[in-house]
Amino acid sequence: MSAPQFSSMPYTPTQHAAAHSPGLWALAWRRLRADRLAMAALAVVVAALLMVALSASGLIVSDWEDEVGVNYAPPGFVGAQSDAERGPVSGAAVSAAPAPAPVNVFDPIADDIAALKAQAGADDAPLDMYGVSDPLAGDLAKLRAGLAKSGHHAAGARLQTLPFGADKWGHDILKKTIKGGETSIVVGLVAALLAVVLGTLFGAYAGYYGGLVDDFFNWFYSVFTAIPSVLMILTVAAVLQQKGVTTIVLILGLTGWTGPFRLMRAEYIKHKAREYVMAADAIGASHWRRMYSHIFPNVSHVALVQMSILVVGFIKAEVILSFLGFGVPVGVVSWGSMLNESQNELILGKWWQLTAASVAMAVLVTAFSLFTDALRDALDPKVK
Amino acid sequence: MSDDILLDVRQLRVGFRIDKHTSVEAVKGVSFSVPRNATVALVGESGSGKSVSSLAVMGLLPPESSIIAPSSSILFGGRELLGLPARERRELCGKDVAMIFQEPMSSLNPVFTVGYQIAEVLRQHMGMNARQARARTLALLDEVGIPDPARKIDAYPSQLSGGQQQRVMIAMAIACEPKLLIADEPTTALDVTIQKQIMELLASLQKKHRMSVLFITHDLGLVGEIADAVIVMRHGEVREAGPVDQIFTQPRDAYTRALLHCRPPLDARPWRLPVIADYLDGRQAPVADTRQRVRGYAADDDNVLVVQNLSKSFYLREGLFGKREFQAVKDVSFTLPRGKTLGVVGESGSGKTTVGLTLLRLHQATGGSALFEGKDLFAMPAREYLPYKRRIQIIFQNPYASLNPRFTVGQILLEPMRIHKIGADDAGRVAAAYSLLEKVGLPAHAFHRYPHEFSGGQRQRIAIARCLTMKPEILVCDESVSALDVSVQAQVLNLLQDLQDEFGLSYIFISHDLSVVKYIADQVMVMHQGQVVEIGNSDDIYRHPSHPYTRTLLSAIPRGVPL
Repeated sequence: MSAPQFSSMPYTPTQHAAAHSPGLWALAWRRLRADRLAMAALAVVVAALLMVALSASGLIVSDWEDEVGVNYAPPGFVGAQSDAERGPVSGAAVSAAPAPAPVNVFDPIADDIAALKAQAGADDAPLDMYGVSDPLAGDLAKLRAGLAKSGHHAAGARLQTLPFGADKWGHDILKKTIKGGETSIVVGLVAALLAVVLGTLFGAYAGYYGGLVDDFFNWFYSVFTAIPSVLMILTVAAVLQQKGVTTIVLILGLTGWTGPFRLMRAEYIKHKAREYVMAADAIGASHWRRMYSHIFPNVSHVALVQMSILVVGFIKAEVILSFLGFGVPVGVVSWGSMLNESQNELILGKWWQLTAASVAMAVLVTAFSLFTDALRDALDPKVK
Repeated sequence: MSDDILLDVRQLRVGFRIDKHTSVEAVKGVSFSVPRNATVALVGESGSGKSVSSLAVMGLLPPESSIIAPSSSILFGGRELLGLPARERRELCGKDVAMIFQEPMSSLNPVFTVGYQIAEVLRQHMGMNARQARARTLALLDEVGIPDPARKIDAYPSQLSGGQQQRVMIAMAIACEPKLLIADEPTTALDVTIQKQIMELLASLQKKHRMSVLFITHDLGLVGEIADAVIVMRHGEVREAGPVDQIFTQPRDAYTRALLHCRPPLDARPWRLPVIADYLDGRQAPVADTRQRVRGYAADDDNVLVVQNLSKSFYLREGLFGKREFQAVKDVSFTLPRGKTLGVVGESGSGKTTVGLTLLRLHQATGGSALFEGKDLFAMPAREYLPYKRRIQIIFQNPYASLNPRFTVGQILLEPMRIHKIGADDAGRVAAAYSLLEKVGLPAHAFHRYPHEFSGGQRQRIAIARCLTMKPEILVCDESVSALDVSVQAQVLNLLQDLQDEFGLSYIFISHDLSVVKYIADQVMVMHQGQVVEIGNSDDIYRHPSHPYTRTLLSAIPRGVPL
């Protein structure tokens, strides 16, 4: 009853150390590097991530809230605008005389108004506010005096044009876009990670165990997908009750796991019957070990590609959420909130904030998609 | 003279592009010819370039990645094929040249009926209308021996058995009465008895239609009965070509001799099987050891495993709530002594693989017992079974699928030792892994490499080494050498034999290949439709088969000699 015995030979670790061969990831990277478009896309994505890191650590654009330009300062390549174009909101323009409104020849009551104006002009007295004096007049005057003394935000120091224009408050659009990108990209990445982790976990359990576990997760999935997605997002938003970046991440992550779940489940069903998994069972590997150290590395390309697809989707979803008013709170800027602001500006013909946010988003999303496509090809073990 | 030659391939060179700058030459200046009304066999192992040559004749090589050297020439009936415009080439193929492939299931379109697919060929190339085509299809199905063709004409491919599917493929290929039929490993995916039928069908069709057949196979033994001439290829070159008698009786090339002798013979049991290297080194008497092995169970054997009434049922869902029982294995009983081998033979669907998987509890047994040292493996709970997992191991059929592609060979070998806490520490385990690599004949640098960098035979060695890390007492070999080339098969069989001699392992050797089982097994269990039809010492079974099914199986073994 003696078990087979094996002789062991003396082993020196150094003699074999040099013989490492490229792993599958190294091969994928080699294939990716041969694809020029993919490398350009990767450069854009890396640059965007770098910008996020720098802006998050406060090294750049920490001063984006400084009102450096006049409000709605146009981009430098358009040229300065006249005071009239700037509109009545400007602080600097309050003291200036209002420009006379052009006479509308079609106005049926134009004559009456002209008569009234003539009468008011004849009185030549300050408009009597029905005998009520402004209770804040004193405070406002003090504030204005203080601002004038500090001189920092004085109207004269503000720039008439900025390279990419300014928003309503005179913030530099370029800096605002970078700062907004920080929020949008972080939301996209973290929410996509959350969704893929949830989807993979559920999908692995459902696909690997099958039977009742699979039924349970499938019903759960069906309930989630039966509800229209925007309604679902609003429901989660209503439950979470507070605005903030974390909330958006949770909303998107908790509603976005369904796609990865479906794909990972299918992959696990396919792989659990493979011989290498049976071989792992035969050598005594536990269920957990089979699921995550044997099968997962073989299906990880699916998770990775899902992840990058979701990042693109979630950057766009954040815009929609912010647009609907469920997005970032006041005081935080994102591409979504910028687009939300620009719907009012567009009526006034101030197109530059809209352009900046959409161009930034379009470039990043396109680069990310192209990179994702190339990554999928590079990681597919069958294409070789 | 040239009128007798139908296909003349001269100096064919085919290369494949790997990337922009490098390409690899798969066929290196091959010349051969196929006479009219004759069968020529193209024999070679994987990577010999035999399939690439035939695809070049058919014009089926992918144009974007393959390069045919301009000096090559393929003459068909005196016409040069290589310069031909794509359109004319396509008209020729399918009408005058037809091809059948290895996998009938994947060559047939699953969403069309077989009748439609055959009729499509007829309408395309013969200009028949629907009614004529259907009548001709019926005649063709009858000719290739499909039972009840009037009903099977409207069947979908999945409703036919593998042998019937291959018959349909043959019907499609001969539909336009081609002058040349290229058969690329047409029987490799089929059972031995079906293989015999298909070979007979091809031979009779060749005679009846007076066509030429180019028969491509890796199995030299298979072509002895049907080929007129044999061409042996290796590494993209023709090693030997000649009439079939000469190839089998007086092979001139060392490689041909090696191919003939690597297959385990049915009438003898040499101590070791000769391998290709023995012949190519130029040694004339490669098998110095002329001892014969004596096989068979003895009365004083120490039984390591006693299996009684093993049954396994699968349940298929039927209707809304119903389920149908499918008995894959019924009442199988056998014993396995220490240091001996039990061979399990049978065709696909006979339940032989299920027996192996159930013994390892990879399937749950429905009934019966397996006593291992007096303990029932099927009755114990999973936790108690874990230490036994180490002692009974399995080597799967497909070495490409049974190794995790994302693990290095080192990880593959260390994992079981870590799970079962074999060895004191990792340094000791790594040392054990290196010594096992040496034992199974792999270089030490294999430790850091991934499975995809190895050939099929090497991968099967890795799988064997993985089992050996756990020092098992019983090894289930589930078609472990079936997917390997003949020459590699001999090496792996020798390795298994050496390990049994050295460590006293017991094997359960599952295979459809009767000559391999005859060589390695002490006792043979013949299975048919889930039941054991015959069990006994291998020499007795092969000499005096008592059950008619065993006799059918034995008569289907290719004799490997010209008739």
